[in-house]
Amino acid sequence: MTERLFEGADWDFHTLQRITDACEEVALKDLGLDVYPNQIEVITAEQMLDAYSSVGMPLFYKHWSFGKHFAYHEASYRKGLMGLAYEIVINSSPCISYLMEENTATMQTLVIAHAAFGHNHFFKNNYLFKQWTDAEGILDYLDFAKNYVMQCEERYGRIEVERTLDAAHALMSHGIDRYPGKKQLDLREEEKRAGRRRQHEEEVFNDLWRTVPKGASKARTAISLERRRKLLGLPQENLLYFLEKSAPRLAPWQRELLRIVRHIAQYFYPQSQTKVMNEGTATYVHYRIMTALHQQGRITDGNFLEFLGSHTNVVFQPEFDDQRFSGFNPYALGFAMMQDIERIVTNPEDEDREWFPDIAGKNDVMGVLRDVWANYRDESFIGQFLSPKLMRHFRMFHLHDDPEERAGIRVDAIHDERGFRRVRRELARQHDVGFIDANIEVVDVDLSGDRRLILHHRVIKGSQLNETDTKRVLQHLADLWTYDVALIEVDANDKVLREYVVSPRPIPAAVA
Amino acid sequence: MAIHIIDRRLNPGGKSLENRQRFLRRAKSLVQGAVKKTSQERDIKDVLEGGEVTIPLDGMHEPRFRREGGTRDMVLPGNKKFIEGDYLQRQGQGSAKDSGPGEGDSEDAFRFVLSRDEFVDLFLDDLELPDLAKRRIAQTESEGIQRAGYTTSGSPANISVSRTVKLALARRIALKRPSKDEVEELEAAIAASTDEDERAELLARLERLKAKTKRIPFIDPLDIRYRRYEKVPRPVAQAVMFCLMDVSGSMSEHMKDLAKRFYMLLYVFLKRRYKHVEIVFIRHTDRAEEVDEQTFFYGPASGGTLVSSALQAMHEIVRERFNPSDWNIYAAQASDGDNSYSDGELTGLLLTDKILPVCQFFAYLEVGESGGSAFDLSDSSLWTLYERLRNSGAPLSMRKVSERSEIFPVFHDLFQRRETAQEKAAP
Repeated sequence: MTERLFEGADWDFHTLQRITDACEEVALKDLGLDVYPNQIEVITAEQMLDAYSSVGMPLFYKHWSFGKHFAYHEASYRKGLMGLAYEIVINSSPCISYLMEENTATMQTLVIAHAAFGHNHFFKNNYLFKQWTDAEGILDYLDFAKNYVMQCEERYGRIEVERTLDAAHALMSHGIDRYPGKKQLDLREEEKRAGRRRQHEEEVFNDLWRTVPKGASKARTAISLERRRKLLGLPQENLLYFLEKSAPRLAPWQRELLRIVRHIAQYFYPQSQTKVMNEGTATYVHYRIMTALHQQGRITDGNFLEFLGSHTNVVFQPEFDDQRFSGFNPYALGFAMMQDIERIVTNPEDEDREWFPDIAGKNDVMGVLRDVWANYRDESFIGQFLSPKLMRHFRMFHLHDDPEERAGIRVDAIHDERGFRRVRRELARQHDVGFIDANIEVVDVDLSGDRRLILHHRVIKGSQLNETDTKRVLQHLADLWTYDVALIEVDANDKVLREYVVSPRPIPAAVA
Repeated sequence: MAIHIIDRRLNPGGKSLENRQRFLRRAKSLVQGAVKKTSQERDIKDVLEGGEVTIPLDGMHEPRFRREGGTRDMVLPGNKKFIEGDYLQRQGQGSAKDSGPGEGDSEDAFRFVLSRDEFVDLFLDDLELPDLAKRRIAQTESEGIQRAGYTTSGSPANISVSRTVKLALARRIALKRPSKDEVEELEAAIAASTDEDERAELLARLERLKAKTKRIPFIDPLDIRYRRYEKVPRPVAQAVMFCLMDVSGSMSEHMKDLAKRFYMLLYVFLKRRYKHVEIVFIRHTDRAEEVDEQTFFYGPASGGTLVSSALQAMHEIVRERFNPSDWNIYAAQASDGDNSYSDGELTGLLLTDKILPVCQFFAYLEVGESGGSAFDLSDSSLWTLYERLRNSGAPLSMRKVSERSEIFPVFHDLFQRRETAQEKAAP
């Protein structure tokens, strides 16, 4: 039983197999995890950099910005400014985890436990991922996207494709549906439909129709504002979707490119909402698995110490006045919260019984955690489960910075009886993507009039858009829309704070 | 549940090469600017190693809707002494700047490592050789043919007999094919045999041997090897660069250094354009000699100055080794401009009659001391002479240089694209 998985730091593929089997046993039997089939791939540092620059995906369409990111990462890696992640894991089925060949045997065990079981379980069970991503279809879809972009480049030229993709990328963070729609995303079906659409367009194309004389245009009664907005599905916060469906002069392939970028943005949307939970889950799982392996005597004390070293680095939380501080470390916060839930479930204090009557003393740690992992995202997770004990442990405090306030930045709440709920609410809010991203919507367009597209940015707490960037993004937007675009910043009382108007750049004749 | 463990390390790397090239294409002007700036600060030798450049990312910025300003709320860890209602000083944003990680300021500029080729390409991208007449030849290459081992298929004319026989022999030994001697021996034994039984046995053995011999042929199609030929590109035209340097006592180390930098640039530049570039180093005082690079730049020499000696030497070398119809000939002469008075006429004659007619380009670089105050006073004797020649239409380019940082601009000036170069060459 107590046969060691490996000795020292070296590993080979048999070792990896043994490690994976051992981890799997703990993960499935002890922790009761439910995972996609695993696929583990060993890669080099350079390949890891490659994967970095294409948002961690093994295949992606070609675009200069990935080259930029590669150069950027590579330069900082070479200068030692940045270590490489130990692993990258992909939300797909089978769930693909990349391990770096440089890792020691202990690190490989850690990474397998972390990625192949922790993240994997989270991807498969969290409601956001279930709702918004299609693990079976993603790799095929990316393959389709890659080929489609390539074909477009052959047909319409690299520059044209690049222009469309640049514009789509600029709007990517506003190409997301935030609320679940009618049906779940099925990327395979999406890919097939894209093919059928193209085929249909080609089949029904008949140049003769262009020459058919048009009848006298129907007298258009001015439709009411309400009706017009309803017809266009306004207001619409998914700018990419709106353009794809309603931009008057886009070529079909351009719409398809927008759709691709939109689907990819949507695919990553759950990840941005669950950083703390996702990393917390994976870290908690690797910690449990490593501890179990150590207790079983399958890894040595030395290896376990090595593991503890890396683990401690990962969950280190610098304090606000520390040079290394750059916000809350999702690993630290997530892991601490998972452990804290374990404590509350198994060994609660009076305070915990008061704050968490549902779970305190319930004793079924994994049952509670699996339920939490399945049904929350960062914002609701923190809002629900951050305990006073943890707030005291991190010595959290809430600052309110009002530029108008002369005296400085006010300490609004600290980790005391009066402050717990406020600190917790505020921290939860900071993890709400709906709150982090600017609230921008298409509110109106007059398709029979001047076709100007009107967007609103609802300004919250006086935080307006960065001017340079906004002009550039709007330029991209106007180029796709091909008519003027206006962005109006309004505050909560509908008072106009600022207005941008951008006209499209002339398009080369070839595209139109 | 079966878990797949896959080794991807052998997969072709450089997946992002294509993306990198796209990025470079897009950032070309930015990178080019950075490359030029970098190359002025560095030794040319280092320039050729490629390396780091810093480019502003702003030009490559990918815009997003970003919010800024307004009132901000943040929850931070590590409270030590504050209580509710305290105020923190806002000075320098020191304590609270990190509320929004990823605000993008870190990407203002970044260092970017270019490979040697990328670097030199960008470095020389907008330069062109002055005389294009022969360059066109240089771009078309003829294909030569080269032996490249053996192959198992080919035309009968290419059968390699020795290799085939060797392989056949190896096969026969390996499969124990009976040798001729063995058979003859056995036949002799049969002839000599008197005993019927023994004879029958021997005959049977002979039969087996013969059968085996048939099964294992002397030459099998498997043994046959053909000579393989490969096409290799052979450049039709080549380039030779003559470095003529005055090493008389008046040339200081600084001046030699300037000259060396210029030659290096020229060398790299030619190397880009031609498969084969040769360099001939000629140094001269009052007499000239062909030397190696080390001696050229660092060997001590001293004496009077006779420029014509170098030109004469160059002329002889061209006549012996570099037929002008096959070679693109370039010359760069560096000097502080002093020449003995009596030598002027000979120098002029050599240039107009012998040197300039065979040269694509002749660059004269007058080097001066750092600071170069005496430089502006009056033109040197050589400068005056060359200027006269140039005014009468000789394809000569001349520049004065006194600082390291001027080398590249001067070089750039001399070799920049044709249209503008012509304007400058004929002031």
